[in-house]
Amino acid sequence: MRLKDKVTVITGGARGIGEAYVRRFVEEGAKVVIGDILDQEGAALARSLGAAVRYVHCDVTKEAEMSTLMDAAVSAFGGIDVAIANAGIVESGSIMNTSDAMLDRMLAINVKGVFYTCRQAAERMIAAKRGGVLINIASTVAVLGEVGEGCYPVSKGAVTALTRVMAVELADHGIRVVAIGPGGTKTAMMADATPGSERMKRIEMRTPLRRMAEPEEMAGVAVFLASKDASYITGQTLYVDGGRLVLNMVMPERA
Amino acid sequence: MRLKDKVAVITGGSRGIGEAYVRRFAAEGAKVVIGDLLDAEGEAVVRSLKAEGRDAVYVRTDVTKKAQLEALMETAVSRFGGLDVCIANAALADYGDIMDTTEETFDRVMAVNVKGVFLTDQAAARRMRAAKRGVIINIASTVAVVGDNYEGCYPSSKGAVNLLTRTFALSLAPYGVRVVAIGPGPTRTKMMEDAFNDPARLKSIQARTPLGRPADPSEIAGVAVFLASDDASYMTGHTVYVDGGRLVLNYVMPERD
Repeated sequence: MRLKDKVTVITGGARGIGEAYVRRFVEEGAKVVIGDILDQEGAALARSLGAAVRYVHCDVTKEAEMSTLMDAAVSAFGGIDVAIANAGIVESGSIMNTSDAMLDRMLAINVKGVFYTCRQAAERMIAAKRGGVLINIASTVAVLGEVGEGCYPVSKGAVTALTRVMAVELADHGIRVVAIGPGGTKTAMMADATPGSERMKRIEMRTPLRRMAEPEEMAGVAVFLASKDASYITGQTLYVDGGRLVLNMVMPERA
Repeated sequence: MRLKDKVAVITGGSRGIGEAYVRRFAAEGAKVVIGDLLDAEGEAVVRSLKAEGRDAVYVRTDVTKKAQLEALMETAVSRFGGLDVCIANAALADYGDIMDTTEETFDRVMAVNVKGVFLTDQAAARRMRAAKRGVIINIASTVAVVGDNYEGCYPSSKGAVNLLTRTFALSLAPYGVRVVAIGPGPTRTKMMEDAFNDPARLKSIQARTPLGRPADPSEIAGVAVFLASDDASYMTGHTVYVDGGRLVLNYVMPERD
């Protein structure tokens, strides 16, 4: 149990990789408060995991709702040790076709939502004078371009910059701010990447480990970053990408 | 015990951060083989681990000699039955302006810090590739990506370690072998003692370190445990910078009281 009694707020924790963070943190002994707008899934997940988990409805684009989420963690479990800013949306299609409304929505959820999560959690961590860890969720496309993901990569680039700025601003309060940059991960968002499909072939060709990640493989990295083992890491984004970012061309064809 | 019965070879493990890897890996249940040239210190580390009931062995190893690295890896296999993790940690520092770095120093730093990592990785990787599993952890530095006015050609050698890490990662990925690196920032070791004891140097280090203090070697060792474990199973090719925030800081931190 590497996170015994650590109080952790996880946005977008009702499903996907967010759900994997919730489950793994509970296994490691943490008390978890899920913030999401998927009330049915979030509440059911919290119920199934018992008294260590609460669900709170939270639209991350509303700072007042974020404040309520953080207050719920403090009143239920006595403080906040870790916050994972995981809620995010994707876009598909050419950025040339991205509508104003889409860009606004993307930046509101993926950037402003992360900003509010960090700020509201950090305010309480500073007041409690016990430090803490903020983990933002970026993406490999924070540093790469991609044809067909609209303005999503732009939003993730902003998340890595937010991580750096929050890290240097909060360092003297004993708060570490880090990010995870997942590569292709098996979630509902990637449902069309079935074995043998064109999408899967594309992914394998550009992934040295030649497979998508399991959500649990992101959760293991989050546990490390939240733990004392990462006590000298701040400001960095850890890319958990099966080797994608270090590959120049494509992998050789399989024999 | 997160590395129970894993067999780990650690070069340069007799002292400094290397010793911290050795002690933490042993504490996590790993069987450790130390390769170093500091025989007395290496043997002393092994003795103290055995006194705690751990299993470890010391093998005198010059990392610039391929045959000696082969012997080191063979010891892991013959003594403990395999090779799960290899940490290429042995390295030399250089001091002063690079304009004053002699050809001899350059050759020696490159031989130990670059060719030594290359030979270590190759020797470990041949065995891991055959077994279709394993993790190689190279030790880079924050100065793999930033310049420095007083470390001679040391930063150049660490930049090369990053590229070795990426290239070995791609070569070995199809075999399920991961290759990653750690880039430590300033860490409390003998190598850095003089710098930390000089108030002006310490102040300048703190000003450029958001966390405001050097790392303890145990804080680098914790990262190595993570990278060696299944929690890092989808990470390969990357260098994890353990630098107290150095690389993301523009200018300096505000004066602290």
